Parts: sequence; structure tokens; C-alpha cells
Amino acid sequence: MNASVRATAAPVPLLWLIRHELRLSWRDWQAMVTAGNRRRFWVALVVLGCLGLALHLPAYAVVAGFARSDIGPDQRTLFTLSMVVLLYVSLLLSQAMETVTRSLYSRGDLDLVLSSPVSARRLFSVRIFSNALLIALMGVVLSAPLIDMLAIIGGPRWLAAYGVAVSVGLAAAGLAVAITIGLFRILGPRRTRLVAQVMAAVIGAAFAIGIQVSAILYYGNVSQRIFVAPDAVIARSPSGNSPVWWPARAILGDWLALAGVVAIAIAVLAAVMIIFAPRLGEDSIAATDLSPRASRRQSRPRGFRPGSPAAAMRRKEWLLLRRDPWLVSQTLTQLFYLIPPALLLMRNFGQSNGVLVVVVMVLVTVGGQLAGALAWLAISGEDAPDLVRTAPVAPVAVSRAKVEAVMGAVAIMLGPLVVGLALLSPYHAVAAALGLACAAGSTIRIQLWFRAQAKRSLFRRRHTSSRIATFGEALVSFSWAAAAGLAAAGTWLAAISVAIALLILLGVRSVSPRKALV
Amino acid sequence: MDQTLRRPAVQPATGPFVDVATGTALAVRGLAKSFDRPAVDRLDLTIRTGEFYALLGPNGAGKTTTLRMVVGLLRPDAGSIAVFGIDALADPIAAKRQMAWVSDEPMIYDKLTPLEYLEFVAGLWGVDSTVAGKAAHELIQWLGLGPHADERCEGFSRGMRQKVALAGALVHDPRLIILDEPLTGLDAGTARQVKDVLQARVKAGGTVIMTTHILEVAERMAERIGVLASGRLIAEGTLAELSLRAGRGGSLEDVFLSLVGESAAA
Repeated sequence: MNASVRATAAPVPLLWLIRHELRLSWRDWQAMVTAGNRRRFWVALVVLGCLGLALHLPAYAVVAGFARSDIGPDQRTLFTLSMVVLLYVSLLLSQAMETVTRSLYSRGDLDLVLSSPVSARRLFSVRIFSNALLIALMGVVLSAPLIDMLAIIGGPRWLAAYGVAVSVGLAAAGLAVAITIGLFRILGPRRTRLVAQVMAAVIGAAFAIGIQVSAILYYGNVSQRIFVAPDAVIARSPSGNSPVWWPARAILGDWLALAGVVAIAIAVLAAVMIIFAPRLGEDSIAATDLSPRASRRQSRPRGFRPGSPAAAMRRKEWLLLRRDPWLVSQTLTQLFYLIPPALLLMRNFGQSNGVLVVVVMVLVTVGGQLAGALAWLAISGEDAPDLVRTAPVAPVAVSRAKVEAVMGAVAIMLGPLVVGLALLSPYHAVAAALGLACAAGSTIRIQLWFRAQAKRSLFRRRHTSSRIATFGEALVSFSWAAAAGLAAAGTWLAAISVAIALLILLGVRSVSPRKALV
Repeated sequence: MDQTLRRPAVQPATGPFVDVATGTALAVRGLAKSFDRPAVDRLDLTIRTGEFYALLGPNGAGKTTTLRMVVGLLRPDAGSIAVFGIDALADPIAAKRQMAWVSDEPMIYDKLTPLEYLEFVAGLWGVDSTVAGKAAHELIQWLGLGPHADERCEGFSRGMRQKVALAGALVHDPRLIILDEPLTGLDAGTARQVKDVLQARVKAGGTVIMTTHILEVAERMAERIGVLASGRLIAEGTLAELSLRAGRGGSLEDVFLSLVGESAAA
């Protein structure tokens, strides 16, 4: 062997490793925004750029008054800004946990890197650091419209908020690794994936929902001034010099507080890298070497159940859903958003018609999205497409059975809420049921038009296959929700929303690859 | 006959379209399919009932495309396909009732057990549940899957997955089984078991069409062999006939390489 190609004892430069990790992430992101078609990249970039610019308009509406008022670090302002930071932490922590769990459970290049002479500590430290950079970047992108508008209107002192955004991203990434590895140690590799993903979803939604829940309990309705605390809470909060307010003070342009926030974030990340990097390698191996449930025994069926091919198809779909708690958890996270309206119902029992309209709209929106997600699993996520297509069953009958399976699952999940609504107001329940049926039917139809074979494990990335389908599903769900809400409110304007929903469906169909009705 | 190789008692598929008179299981005429270039080029192929037919050819010869058109997974650009006298393009459902398809990549459901998978397949083919249940249990034992019958397939090895897929192909008792590289990646023991199953199937009167790159398998198992190159059938017959056609004796490998080389040179 030529001596020049032999491995040397010199350690691989850290920067080289970081560049490699970032390049992989960049390519991954590119593939996600372009759905694998690299020629679309510049178009996608321009669209994203325009979207980013457009988001500055609503950001202006949100922060203009705040930025103009020349506010200082009084107790109420610090409280409000801290709430915003907490909301932001929950979003980034959720995203970071999702990223860490995904990388932990995908084999990817694990065999290659762990069989290389690079130390696992070094390698996984770089991996944690790269993830942290990406999460921080995501934080910057998310907060940029708000910070830009604050700086344009209120002066450059607000630019310090970018420092807070980056720090929160770095700390959130570090915490996510610590939480996930902690779960791994406590629960083992088999349960951690499910629990971590559910936790990520709960954390992501919990703070926003929690604020609404407290507003409902306190004010009796969804409050638009969600971050405004009652005087009693302000009176009991720590004094203005407390480190608790550092992030808020940093946002207001206190450079000393900013230095403190940055130092804490770096310390958290460094500690996580030092403590957890070597374990991440071991845990990744344990996670990917799982032979999932091979030893679990099912109860032996006494005999095969009779029924038509359609019945067999429906049973199969329901069984697969029931057996995959990870997928179910991914789907059901949308149901978290039903908590505030459910609370509204309880809190305002028999008092307000307006509350019921809100409930109807949320139910229809969630139902549409839920049906779309389940339809993707049943239609595009078919694991044995050849088997189904070579069976002596007409494709229309197969599609119909799958649609019935999805509709049945949606009915089981949301039916009890509609029944609860019916006890309060049968009229509103009918509006909700009709809206739900239309929204679910529309999103399922879009899935049929845009079906593209994929592994069920790619469920979270299903949106990448067609942006049009994704936007179409969201828009049509919102339109049906608006129609149901307006109908529930008793106004003929509902007809306009119905027309919009139908127009959206027609538009989506006209650009879909499969225009067949079923 | 070895106890493990006995064919399970499954009701034979019968229907109004069975072409008993001609004894032809599959008749393909002028079949054509193009992607960027012609994959199958005006192909004529006739497989007799009760025959074990091996389809050989180099990579990209059009073997898989041909078979996928026969089982209804691809729509041909031109030509006709008749399965036991049934026009598979005009009445695909009736044709599919007679067939089973096993691909090189066993597609089964990770979250189902083998028995649940077979129940689903039997349901799709509309087999009576009592008959299917009995046949499934026999197949499971026959293929050595008994100890794993109630475990989910997600932890199964490739060989076990292939056996589950094969059991799925047999549970509705098809008259024609079409397999695309069914032995790829299997260990010697599992490959032997799959071959035994297929031979038993032919002995019981079934028809088997199989593509393979393992020429020894075709040489030992197939009654007739078809050689495909560039989407065309360049030779067909028994091993002896192919040897004669190639103008040389020796193993199937020698004959195959000679025929394919000839075709490429032409």
C-alpha cells in the first residue's frame, strides 16, 4: 500500500469536521425546500426571501406601538419581554429536541464515523455544536422580522435582541441534548423516541396554549393581551436587578445583561458537549441497533375474520395506526390546540354564542389537518403498494376503503367533542359536523391527487413532496373552518367561504398530477 | 414427499375465464414500453400452464418491466397480455385473481404479524376466511415461520420477510406465480426453502415465472428459459435447445454469455 494514503495519528481538525456537518445540514435543508429538485433552489430562495420580507408587515403591526413608546426596564415591561423569551425558548427547545431525537434514531453515517479513527467525543461534540448553530440560526430567522421592525422604529438598541435570539438557540440545543440523553438513560432506547417526540410537541405548544388557558381561566375568554400580567403577579415578581430579567434587559439594549445571557448560553452548551458527547455515540448505537418489538407476542387470532376486500383494507389501516404510537403521537399533537376551546366551552357553559363559534372553527381546522395527515399515512405511506395494486380489487375501491378508514379515525377522535358541543347547542354541532366532513373530505381528496409513494417513517417530512398540496390543505381547512364558523354565527357570509373553499379545491386539482376523482 | 414440502390444501382459484383449452398460462404479444429509451420492445412470450419458466437477461434487459406490466403494475405502451385467456388490459381484476407477484424487495407491513399479513392478503383476494385461515396456518408451518407467526414483522431478517411475502403469494392459491429475483440476498437455507416451495407448486399444477441472475437456479429448476436483451426475446427453449442455438455446449452461464454477447454485437 502506498504510504501516502495510510491513516495518520494526527487528529482531524475541528473546523474541518464542523464544515462537513454544516454542509450535510445545508444539503438536507436544500433538499427539503426544493423537494429534491435542485433546479428549484433559486426559486425557493426567492420565495422564502419574499415571505421573510412580507412577514415584516405583520411584525410592524405587532411591535410598532411598543417600539415607539420609548419604554424602559420597568417591572411590567420586563415581565412582558420575559414571557416572549419563554415562548421563544419553548419553540426552539421543541425544535431542538425533535432534531436530536431524529439524529439519534437514524443510522445515517454512524457506521462510517464510528469506525473511523476520530474520537467519538470529538465527533459528537462537533455534531452537538453544529446542531446548536442551526437552531440558533433558526431562532434568528424566526425573530428577524420583529427585531428588524423594533430596530427601525425604536432605534439600534433593539438589535441586541439578536444576541438573545442566538443565545437562546444555543442553550435550547444544549438542553435538548441533555433532556433526550436523560430520557434515554431513564426510559431506555425503545420508549425514548416516542416520549421525546411527544415531549417536543408538548413543549412547543404548551407555553402558547398555557398562556391562553390562563387567560381563559382569568379573563373568561381568549385574551389578545396575553402577556399582560395582573398587578398581583407583578407585585410578587423578583426585583429589577434579578438575573431572571437578564434576557429581557438584554433585549432592551443592556449590554451587560446581554453579556451575561451569552455567557450562560455558552456555558450550558459547553457543559453539555463535555458531559454528553461521548454518551451520544453509545446511545446512537443502542438506538439504531434496536430490533423493534421482535420478541413481543401478539395474541393469536382464533381464525381469519370474514369480510370484503374493503373491510380487510380498513382493518389493516386501523391496525397499522394503532400499532405505531410514534406516528399517532405525531398526528395527535394537533389535538393539543383543542385544549383552549374545550376550556372555553367549560368556562362559558351556556353563556356565550361567540365562544361556540370559536370552538366550531377550531374543530373544523384541526379535523381538516388531522384527516390530511392520516390520509398521507394511508395513501402515500402504503408499505406494500405492489401487493395492493396486484390484488384483484379496483383502484377506486382501494382508495374508497382508505378514505373510509381515515374518516372513521377522524370520527373516533373528534366525534366526542362534536357530541359535547351538541349537548350545548345542536345547531352549532351540526355546523361543526358538516364543516368537519367537508374539511376532512377536501384534505383527503388533495392527498389522493398528490399521492407519492413514501415510507411511513418519513411522515414528518411529508410536506416536502408537494408545497402546493401542503398549502392547499391548510387553506382549504381554514376556508371550511371560516364557513362553519360563519354558518354557526348565522350569517349568509358562510356561502362566500364555501365558494372560496371550492375554488381552492379546483385550483389545487388543476395543478395536481392525478386529477381522477378518487 | 417430505412432510415440510407438502403443499397446503388451498382451494384452487377458478373462474369463468380459465383457458383450459389452449393450456396457455400467459400470452404476451407485441408488448412495448419506453421510458427514456425502449425498455421492452415488441415482445412476444408464451408460457404454458404448469411450466416453470425462467427469464434471464443482463441488467436493464427489460425483465422486471415486462413482469410488472403482466401483473398490472405498469401500463404498456402497446401490445396485449392474456392470463389464462383473460385479457389483462381489458379486465385486470379478473386477470389479477389468477396471479401472485413477489418482488425482489419483500414489501410487507412491519407492524403486522405474518398471520395478520396473510389475513389481509386473503381478504384482498376475497378468499373465504375459514379456508384462508387454515391455509395460512399450514403455509406458516410449511415455510418454517411457525415460531414467529405471532410476532410483528419489523424485526424479521430479509429471508424471513421474503418467506412472509411468499406465503402471501400462496395463500390465495394463484394459478400463476410471478417472481422477480426472489432469491436475492437470501442465505443458502432460505433460498433452498423458497426453491422447494416453487418446485412443489409446479408439481401441483401451478405455473411459475421467475427472473434470476443466479444461472444455476434457472439451469436446475426451469423447464424452459427465455433470454431477454434490450427488451427483446433473443432466445428461448430448454437448456439443450439454447445450447444448440448458441452453437456451443457447457453450462447455462456459457450459453447465456454467448447469446447475450451475440445480441450486443448485432
